[in-house]
Amino acid sequence: MFDQELTFQILGLTVVGAPAALFALLGLSSLLREKPLSERSIVAFVEVAIITGLLASVAILALMLASGTRHVPIALGKWVDINQPHFHYHFVFKFEFDRLSVPFVIMTFALCGTIGAFCNRYMHREPGFNRFFVFYSLFVLGMVMTSLAGTIETLFTGWELVGLSSALLVAFYQERLSPVQNGLRVWCVYRLSDAALLMASIVLHHLTGEGDFDKLVHVGYWPEGTALLTEPQCLLVGLLLLVAAMGKSALVPFSGWLPRAMEGPTPSSAVFYGALSVHLGAFLLLRVSPLLDRSPLLRVIIVIVGLTTAVFGAFAARVQTDIKCALSFASLTQVGLIVAEIGLLTGSWRYIVLVHILGHACLRTLQFLRAPTLLHDYRTLENAIGERLSNQTIPFGGRLSESGRLWMYRLALQRGYLDACLTDYVVAPVLTCFRGCDAIEQRWTKFLSGETSRTGEADDTASPTLEELL
Amino acid sequence: MSDLHFPWLEVSILVALIGALCVWRARDPHQARNGCLAFTGLVLFCTAGAWFDFEQMHAVEADDAWHLLTRLVGREVFVIDQLSAPLLPLVALLYFLTTLTTQGTKVHRFSFVSTLISEAILLATFSCKEPWLVIALLAAGTIPPYLELRSRGQPTRVYSLYMLVFVGLMVAGWTKYEIEGDGRIHSLWCVVPMLGAVLIRSGIAPFHSWLPDLFERASLGTALLFAAPLTGAYAAVRLVLPIAPDWVLQSMGVISLVTAVYAAGMAIVQRDARRFICFLFLSHSAMVLVGLEMVTPIGLTGALCVWVSIMLSLAGFGLTLRALEARRGRLSLVEHQGLYVHAPALAVCFMLTGLASVGFPGTAGFVGAELLVDGAVETYPYVGVAVVIAAALNGIAVVQAYFKLFTGMRHQSTVSLRLSPHERFAVLTLAAFIVLGGLLPHSGIVSRYRAARELLQHRQGLSTERLPSDELHDGSEQHDTSEHEID
Repeated sequence: MFDQELTFQILGLTVVGAPAALFALLGLSSLLREKPLSERSIVAFVEVAIITGLLASVAILALMLASGTRHVPIALGKWVDINQPHFHYHFVFKFEFDRLSVPFVIMTFALCGTIGAFCNRYMHREPGFNRFFVFYSLFVLGMVMTSLAGTIETLFTGWELVGLSSALLVAFYQERLSPVQNGLRVWCVYRLSDAALLMASIVLHHLTGEGDFDKLVHVGYWPEGTALLTEPQCLLVGLLLLVAAMGKSALVPFSGWLPRAMEGPTPSSAVFYGALSVHLGAFLLLRVSPLLDRSPLLRVIIVIVGLTTAVFGAFAARVQTDIKCALSFASLTQVGLIVAEIGLLTGSWRYIVLVHILGHACLRTLQFLRAPTLLHDYRTLENAIGERLSNQTIPFGGRLSESGRLWMYRLALQRGYLDACLTDYVVAPVLTCFRGCDAIEQRWTKFLSGETSRTGEADDTASPTLEELL
Repeated sequence: MSDLHFPWLEVSILVALIGALCVWRARDPHQARNGCLAFTGLVLFCTAGAWFDFEQMHAVEADDAWHLLTRLVGREVFVIDQLSAPLLPLVALLYFLTTLTTQGTKVHRFSFVSTLISEAILLATFSCKEPWLVIALLAAGTIPPYLELRSRGQPTRVYSLYMLVFVGLMVAGWTKYEIEGDGRIHSLWCVVPMLGAVLIRSGIAPFHSWLPDLFERASLGTALLFAAPLTGAYAAVRLVLPIAPDWVLQSMGVISLVTAVYAAGMAIVQRDARRFICFLFLSHSAMVLVGLEMVTPIGLTGALCVWVSIMLSLAGFGLTLRALEARRGRLSLVEHQGLYVHAPALAVCFMLTGLASVGFPGTAGFVGAELLVDGAVETYPYVGVAVVIAAALNGIAVVQAYFKLFTGMRHQSTVSLRLSPHERFAVLTLAAFIVLGGLLPHSGIVSRYRAARELLQHRQGLSTERLPSDELHDGSEQHDTSEHEID
């Protein structure tokens, strides 16, 4: 007797369990073993996990299509359950398979599998081979959890895992200063985004009593449902989620981190920042699309943010001098358009957005993976058409004066000074303020202790260290 | 009141004191370290026994078996309850792991006698509910760090000044309380000094300058052991919560909220690793106080959960830093150190413990942090968001420190800087607790909820919060006969 519900449960748990097991295996072996696993073992584990997850998710899709089921929720038990007359607290990891999450998770497995296979050769004999795949497995786990999240807590968990693995991957070549600084920059933007998502989660809890996405919706499943919240409530939660999405998808004004993320290994840049991670913000907005439908103002803001990002991305992409940065801005342009589409389209029209995301992610992954052989590809293309490829010119560039063109060029090259503005007008004043407080504190302590110079450090450096003794 | 099956509490404190005596007689520092390790291990066993025994009883509060001390002094001295039950073995674990990870290069500078005495005092403090005795033990607990500062030839004025004010405020406040009698409503002359004492001991701005000073001047092990158990929070629970009205606590909660953000911001700009970890402690300590001062079930539960997770994670974080210091000396956060290549396991533990302290998903602090944020937003609708900001800043500070210490260059060393087996065991033990606490949070949260409920019951008449008196619906709760005894 075929038990459909049980089959869904097993397949659903396999989809989530495969990357979780991969991360646990690679992470624990790195931590516990003196010598890391061999490259061959790592690649074998990655292949098994990704193929298992992919097959399970495709099987779920097939089963859903065959049975006409549109929504399969799978709860991983109640992690915390306090049920009192005056105090209720539940914490559940719940996954939802529907028309939004299943295509997204299949795309995640397909692209991550491609990158895994590509990295097998690309990262061969790289000193950080094992470390790369630990971060990679963490990223896949985070992506799968975010894609399938049925509650905002589950989504937050996946979101954080993606953020951490992304920052560490950007800083993968950690013995150079620049990747590390860029990794930290990415992490800072992600923390801001996480804070906004956490706030949205708390507000949602207060408004609905639970963080389940399906509890937000009155009738119907994605993309049809209608939100249960009032318009101002939708605006509040929606704005917080928009800030979270802006950080994760590098929308204006947080676009500065995207080219910085290209410091990581090319395959990780391709799949993570060009294809998957950069679409997470748009995915989040799609997931809560019933909220957007209730608030026209929110939709207008989303469209403005999306179009601004698209224009900015197209503008900055034209003057980039390296292919990865140019591709990252091209990605940004498309993500901006996707976000604008989310604001503009309603109901079933949102399938267009989903198709746009899937198509763009696949194309961009291919482009990024071909990036190291760009010159070779160009030569092949020129040989095929028998002439040089034409240079692109700025639209309406001829109508600008020389100084105007120079100004535009500088503006585009400096990426609209967005990063500089954030650094100079937001980060620097805050740091200066705290440094001032630190100086005052140190003077106060010195005054209280009645000493003219600090002796604490001198005392401890006098103590021999292991390096000195050996 | 129920009785444990063995005098675990008295024996654990006695073992620590006997250990101090034995170690004091040891001439060789390495021998002293081994002795200290054996005694702290024994204390850990006793406190774990106390916790296990207590959990088996399903009681709200329990006294030691055989009532040895009760017969001597004529009243109950040491008890174990929902609040202290997990804290006792945690404290013992911290002392054990700190001793275990003390490198051979540091045994001459780290006082094992003082460590065992501090452990005895701290365990006695956490096992005690008698206000005057708690005050006396809190005062006694400030002495070992003072003696260490003296023995290291460091100025003690800042530390002594703040600690004297701390003890003075406690004594003054509780004396006023005694004069006013045992009524439910007390004057601000009684509540405010007690609250001031707690703010000083917890390092709430602007009363925190002594803690960075202590971290800079004392040995890192001593500073960690003094800060990590969050004794100030314990003082708040035992001495302030039972007497302070809601509005006073919640007003002070706002100061703690500001401190949480301020200290997190300060952690980001520190140039010295010790000051950095000190401000991280201050920020987290302030967050725990925010939760305690909310006096709502959700806030208290969150605070107690975060308390436990911080003890584990920040102590692990500190021990990792201590292990690095043993290799490289005093660590600067100005230049990149590039130590990853020499100590990858240490780097992983540094990151894991640091992220656990900020409530990263999958670690012990995650659910607790969420409860705390939830409670903060509920109690302080407009400023509760500060907890989220503090957590975000702390996360940035931790990753920034990771990058500074472990990446950015390749450190050249002619000798191996890998973890010793002792250190590996210590950091992996803490990492295991952190991850298990994150993957199986239910029992921990329920236990902290019970403790929160018990604390709120003691505030009946003071608090406007309706008390949750029903049983938990988790299928494992079969107690309340003993619960009614204390009511």
